Amino acid sequence: MNVLLDNLDLFREGFVGTVSLTAGSAALAVVLGLIIAGFRVSPVPPLRLFGTVWVTLLRNTPLTLLFLVAFFVVPQVLFPGIDSYLLAVVALGMYTSSYIAEALRSGINTVPLGQAEAARSIGMTFTQTLRIVVLPQATRTALPPLSSFLIALTKNSAIAGAFNNVDLFNIQKVLSNEGYNILVIFIWITIGYLIVTFSISALFRTLERRLEVAR
Amino acid sequence: MSEVSVAKDAGSPEPRTDTLVSLESVNKHFGALHVLQDIDLTVARGEVVVVIGPSGSGKSTLCRTVNRLETIDSGHITVDGKPLPQEGKELAKLRSDVGMVFQSFNLFAHKTVLENVTLGQIKVRRTDKQAAEEKARALLDRVGVGSQADKYPAQLSGGQQQRVAIARALAMDPKVMLFDEPTSALDPEMINEVLEVMQQLARDGMTMVVVTHEMGFARSAANRVVFMADGRIVEEAAPDQFFSNPRSDRAKDFLSKILHH
Repeated sequence: MNVLLDNLDLFREGFVGTVSLTAGSAALAVVLGLIIAGFRVSPVPPLRLFGTVWVTLLRNTPLTLLFLVAFFVVPQVLFPGIDSYLLAVVALGMYTSSYIAEALRSGINTVPLGQAEAARSIGMTFTQTLRIVVLPQATRTALPPLSSFLIALTKNSAIAGAFNNVDLFNIQKVLSNEGYNILVIFIWITIGYLIVTFSISALFRTLERRLEVAR
Repeated sequence: MSEVSVAKDAGSPEPRTDTLVSLESVNKHFGALHVLQDIDLTVARGEVVVVIGPSGSGKSTLCRTVNRLETIDSGHITVDGKPLPQEGKELAKLRSDVGMVFQSFNLFAHKTVLENVTLGQIKVRRTDKQAAEEKARALLDRVGVGSQADKYPAQLSGGQQQRVAIARALAMDPKVMLFDEPTSALDPEMINEVLEVMQQLARDGMTMVVVTHEMGFARSAANRVVFMADGRIVEEAAPDQFFSNPRSDRAKDFLSKILHH
């Protein structure tokens, strides 16, 4: 039963790996998701098209395939010798951004059109209208799906563990090879993931509560 | 101050040279519906034009074309001598000079009353926050909701919300104010508080285009009444003349329906 205590350093390394993969790709996904959601509701047709293509392409590609491309094509063709953490964050971030963009767009659609009309009629530009008036109200509705996608992202980050990144999934392989009871390893790994996912849930519960007061 | 009422007392909507808003042979379709048909309308500086007519006659659409919330299919619209630009920075700039008050208020739901009135000044006019707040409080006092400044719109009555919306528009120092059925969503007892604010604005010489069903307001505040039906301007006249002696059958019919209750 001392899988954990015997390998505390390894577990810590794996946990930190999962957290930093999740945090890095979540940050990228949220930024890209905001931009793409903006593109999808933009009055400029080429931007709308770009947004649609982005979402369609990334949302419909299996994540594993995206990782294969990221790890075996991108370094060969574009950036030889690129860091595997960076590749994993970009792959996970882009993939998740397509979901986040759609969650935000569903939020945007729940904001009454009159809000945007009022903003435009006092002279705000499209970007100002979106940023100052529409998105703050859209976010509130989009929070529950956003938290789901970030939890899914946490678990998806395990794929990065199979691609040369040290995370919880990755250390599970190491420990299995060392001959520990696989069930016990899995329990500890699961607890590691649960700590991350429960933290995300808690964060979003707090956000929801705070945004609720604001009206 | 009473330029407007003097003009009104003169009793005739004599064409003034100083045109602020002009529409020339404006046409618009919603699918198969020809909602604006060859609309010609000019609004002089300081003039109060009230647009009335049955539902679906195109009067709201007409009002919304002036700041290009609705695009038009053909024709020309100018505001203060400048044609309406395409969507973009130029149009945003023009819109900041055209105040708009909506039927459903459309106050920013996530901002306080005070923030609603300062937002445009700060983000569009780049006024500093303190000056914007001072002006906002003065305007809120002027429309009689100064004590509500720190509340959220949902905490206010409809009449209060609409007065805040008027203050929000005034905060931009607009050249002209558009009112799109400002009292249609209000409970009867709240209509007057909004109309009084609008009356005061008219007396102060604000150029106004008002789409409304409030005939009392049209009588007392308008320099000119524009009667619309089926996408056309059927009749334009001074209010006294229009209400006592409408020329067109369509207007007679409309007035007989609304005035005899």
